This record gives sequence, structure tokens and C-alpha cells, in this order.
Amino acid sequence: MSLDILNGSATAIARAVATREVSARDLATLALEKIAAVDETLNAFTDVTAARALAEADAVDAKLAAGETLPLAGVPYAVKNLFDIEGVVTRAGSKINRDNAPAAHDATLVTRMQAAGGLLLGGLNMGEYAYDFTGENIHDGNARNPHDPGRMSGGSSGGSGTAVGAGMVPISLGSDTNGSIRVPASFCGLYGLKPTFGRLTRARTYPFVASLDHLGPFARSAEDLALVFDVLQGIDPLDPAQAARPSLPTLPELERGLDGLRVAVAGGYFRTRQMPEARAAVDLVAAALGARDEVILPEAERARAAAYVITNAESSALHLERIQTRPADYDPDTRDRFLAGAMVPAVWLTAAHRFRSWFRDEMRKLFDTVDVIIAPATPFHAPETGTKMVTLDGVEMLARANIGLFTQPISFVGLPVVAVPVWLDGAKLPIGVQVIAPAWREDIALRVARHLEVTGVCKAPVAMLAG
Amino acid sequence: MSETFDAEAYAELMARVMGLDLRPDWKPAVVANLRTTHRMAALVLGHRLDDHVEPAFVFEA
Repeated sequence: MSLDILNGSATAIARAVATREVSARDLATLALEKIAAVDETLNAFTDVTAARALAEADAVDAKLAAGETLPLAGVPYAVKNLFDIEGVVTRAGSKINRDNAPAAHDATLVTRMQAAGGLLLGGLNMGEYAYDFTGENIHDGNARNPHDPGRMSGGSSGGSGTAVGAGMVPISLGSDTNGSIRVPASFCGLYGLKPTFGRLTRARTYPFVASLDHLGPFARSAEDLALVFDVLQGIDPLDPAQAARPSLPTLPELERGLDGLRVAVAGGYFRTRQMPEARAAVDLVAAALGARDEVILPEAERARAAAYVITNAESSALHLERIQTRPADYDPDTRDRFLAGAMVPAVWLTAAHRFRSWFRDEMRKLFDTVDVIIAPATPFHAPETGTKMVTLDGVEMLARANIGLFTQPISFVGLPVVAVPVWLDGAKLPIGVQVIAPAWREDIALRVARHLEVTGVCKAPVAMLAG
Repeated sequence: MSETFDAEAYAELMARVMGLDLRPDWKPAVVANLRTTHRMAALVLGHRLDDHVEPAFVFEA
């Protein structure tokens, strides 16, 4: 069996399995073979659930034989290791959580993928407790960039980017608190969807910052993102923070194209502190969408700052007992931040939450004048592993803290975003652009991403790898 | 917001208040992080809001 089908889209795989051109078991076997061939180098997986994938494949083949229809029939996927997988310890990128008992149930989103015919290949590497933009992990080793293993995958959903970029699976699930889907999507050259805050259930996933955590999919096509997003939606009584919103089917509207959408480029804050590739990628996408006007997101720098404060304080509150009793068991890069965050005064945190309300109201006004806003996903291509400092606009600054410069203000206000992959002429690495839509309008962001895909402006080829 | 935030003294005090083990070789990075959070908080606090703007916590009774 050729690897070609595994390198194709989830949409194509589901169609081929549904029409019995290939079996779900063939797909599970191909994915396991690909993981065995390349993951020793790339380190995307921390847990491979081979027996489960094969059993799920046999169940899918049996259901299809019985006449059932499954939207993700035989589609291999994997999840960031903060998602509960029944029988697997949910490590959340940490050493400490490995002492926990294996999960008794699957995360709700895993249950939904399974019901749709998906085949779970395992848990994926991530930055410790999701406090990361690099994909580096001292306990499990770094998730490496599939386009250049000497570079960062991006984080914190690093393995989720690596696995899809390398063609081990066509779909992965990750989480995004400040950019942890959009950053690896940018560095690994993928489509990544961060839905509206509160859209998808977070039940049975390990939290980072309850006020800001989102879950979402990675794929190598915009069509696949819509396919998976439609499967993942739905009210879940297990998640008390999920918004009581009806599902929004996005596949039926996906091919509508721009159809009169007003697209603008985020100016000011979003046009400074970046390498030329970030600016060029935004310009390319803007030109393709006919976006000639710039809009200013009011006080974007303060929005980023408020997201920073909330993240630091709330995550440390979650980890207080562990950071008091087992500080030496943390990754040094997260320990420093959790210790500092445990010292944040309450008034700083409350001020940040009040600012969030103000910023939300301002963004609602802005979306009265536009339907889509374009902004960089990251300020640069994937840096070399271990990069500590970067110089942007002549100012030397910490690399890892500033990778999320452009993603943080957007997740702070909970807007839906599709990160789309751009390969500039002659570039050896991809870079992402954020397609930002009004709250609860993932359909608009996905339509625009699909338009960029079918017009060839964006693409997500499987990385060329030895093996 | 104080312009003369002594992050090192604050870290030492708060480590005692919060029961945190602030080892000497960890302290410089913790202090650096505190300075960053202080700078971020100063930006937020520098934006005056109407008293009726409420925090955006998620809670439903």
C-alpha cells in the first residue's frame, strides 16, 4: 500500500474508506508504519496507541459494511497529550503528572472523533503544562520541525504540528491559550483553527488558564479543518464553561468564496516588530483577498499585556500546591514563570479581566466595519532550536516570550482564527497568517482560508523527509 | 503603579508569604519574570476604565 493516501487530505481518506477503495485498517497500518519510520527523528508522539487504532479501524470497517455513514471514516489522528485518552496517563507535557493514574475516560472531543470514524494514533508531545511557544520539552525531548528538524516546531502544541506536517496523521487536535495552535501551524506550515472562546467543550482535558483555554484542530487543508470542526461541535454537559450556542455547520458554506466579505489588514501594532517574511506573508494574503485598508485594533499592546498577566496569575494558582512542594520537578523554563505568577497581586489580575471586557466591546465595534482581519501569526519563521534572543525592528528581545506577540491579543478576546500557511517565493520554511473573524463566525474564517487554498495562495505540503 | 518596583525584595517577601522555595540559582529568572509581569500590569493599569466596566470572568449561577 502506497503512502500517497496517508499524505492526502482527511476528506480524501474518508471518501476512499467510505467507498471501500481502501480499508480503515489499511490506514491505521500506514499511519503506524509512518510513525515508526520518522518519529524517532521528529519526536512528535509521547504515546502511540497502536492497539486502539487497529481496533477502531476494524470497528469502522464493520460499521461501513453494515451500511453506516461516518464523516471521518478511517481518518488517522492524534491529540496533544493534555487530552484524556482512556488507559493513558494524561501527562500535559510534565514529569509530575506522570504519577497520576491513567485516564478513566476519553476527552469529549476524542469521543466525538471516534464516533465519526476517526482512528486515534496516540498522544502528542507538548510544552510543559502548555506554558510554551517553542515545542521544546526537557522531559520528553523537543518536538522537531518537520521542514527542518534543527528548528522549533512551535508550541505549546508542538507534537500536533510536527505529526501533521510530517504526514504521520492528516489531523491532530491541540489547545490554544495564547497562540499554541496558531504558532505551531505557522512554524510547521499547516492550517490551524482556534475557534471562538467557549465554542468547543474542554471536558477531560488538562487545563492551563481557564479564562483563556481553547481547543481546536490542525490539518493540511482548510476543507479538513471544516470537516473536523463540524464533528467536534455540540453542547457538552461535562463542560461548565462552554457557551450555550447552537452548532454552526461550516462545510455547507465553505465554497462560497469571498462573496462580498470586507477584508482589512491589522495595522499599527501588527505591522511592527516582525521579520520581513511575516510582513510579506500578510501582504501576499491581503493582495489575494483584495484587502487594501488597514484597521487599528485599539490598545492591542495592552491586550497582549493583559493576556500575559492573566496567564501568569491563573496558571500559577492552578499549580500552587505543586510549585510549593515539587518545584525541582518542573521544566526550569516553566518553573520560573509559575513561581513568579504565584506572587502576582490580585488587583493586577482583576484589572486585566476588566480590560478584557473593554477590549471585547471595542472589537465588536470594529467588526461593524469589517468582516475579516488579517494579521501575522508569528513574527518570523521557525527559529533554530534553543534560540534565546531575536532582534526585531532593531531591538533585541527574548525570542520565546515574543513568538506569541500577534496571537495573544486575539485569543485574549476569544475571536475565531484560522492560521493559514504561506510559502514565499524561494523560502525554505513556511510562515502563517491569521484570518480573524467576528465572534461565533468560524464559517467566515474557514471560507476565507478555503478561498486561499483553492486559489493556490496557501498550501500545506507534507514535509520532505528521509524514511 | 510604583516606578521603583524592587522585584528582588518583593520576590523574597512573597516567597515567604506563599510558601515557595526560591532557591538562589532560580531567583534571577523568577525576578526577571516578575519584572516582566510588573511591566505588563503597568500597561494594563495605565488604561483608565469607567468604574462600571466589570471583569470578564465566566460564571453562571
